[in-house]
Amino acid sequence: MSTETSAGSEGSLSDEEIAKLQARVDELESELADVQSEVGDSPKKMVIIATKGTLDMAYPPLILASTAAAFGYNVTVFHTFWGLEILHEENSKELQLSSVGNPNMPVPNAIAALPGMDRVTTRLMENRIEDNDVATVESLIQTSLDSGVDLQACQMTIDLLDYDEDDFYDGVTTGVGAASAFQEMVDADIQLLV
Amino acid sequence: MSMDPTQTLDVKGQNCPMPVVKTKGAFDELGAEETLEVVATDSGSMSDIEGWAESTDGATLLDQVEAIENGEDVYKHYIQKAE
Repeated sequence: MSTETSAGSEGSLSDEEIAKLQARVDELESELADVQSEVGDSPKKMVIIATKGTLDMAYPPLILASTAAAFGYNVTVFHTFWGLEILHEENSKELQLSSVGNPNMPVPNAIAALPGMDRVTTRLMENRIEDNDVATVESLIQTSLDSGVDLQACQMTIDLLDYDEDDFYDGVTTGVGAASAFQEMVDADIQLLV
Repeated sequence: MSMDPTQTLDVKGQNCPMPVVKTKGAFDELGAEETLEVVATDSGSMSDIEGWAESTDGATLLDQVEAIENGEDVYKHYIQKAE
């Protein structure tokens, strides 16, 4: 501040210059107000891309989606490739757990590769889910939809896997592609690939 | 501080994420200055509901109580809604 009052500088601004500066200040203030209202008004947003269709991988996107909605977020889950299985009304009730290549399974790979073993480990997991009061995939989908989560099914993979739009739960958004998912991600505060 | 709840939400026997999701639903129905009691058996609800209340406008976590009722651990949460 002291330099401004040094000899010779005081009163050196013309009325025109002051008016210009004042106009610039007004302009910046109005821009700042716009930014503040934009940040303050729009709720936060999360986008999840769900690509996996095994029982264990169906949970993280649905749990995070319904939780984020409870935190007041606008949530979109874009399901593509095997992630579509989660939204498929019939298949979602029969999601399997892969016992091969999963070192957390109680059976070694050589045994896990035997026919029918996925069914066994899936049954084990389902029992655990029930014993621990963990919600089913179906009820989490319903909860998510009820909380306003936009569950989207990628149109390209619907066609690729030869599904019909009616195969999915009521309330699931179809007819969307990568561009709309990307557009949502651009605006989102949180983006996750599951 | 009065802990008389206006509403009680029973989420006993439900696990993550249901206690928080249902708390949010019940909280939205609450009137101004009313208090919601949430009764859970999920021990994770202690930190989950604390975090939720912290991030939710108008929600004040008045208290959290751990108790044993009918031989099971229950976690009670008291959340007040602002004016």
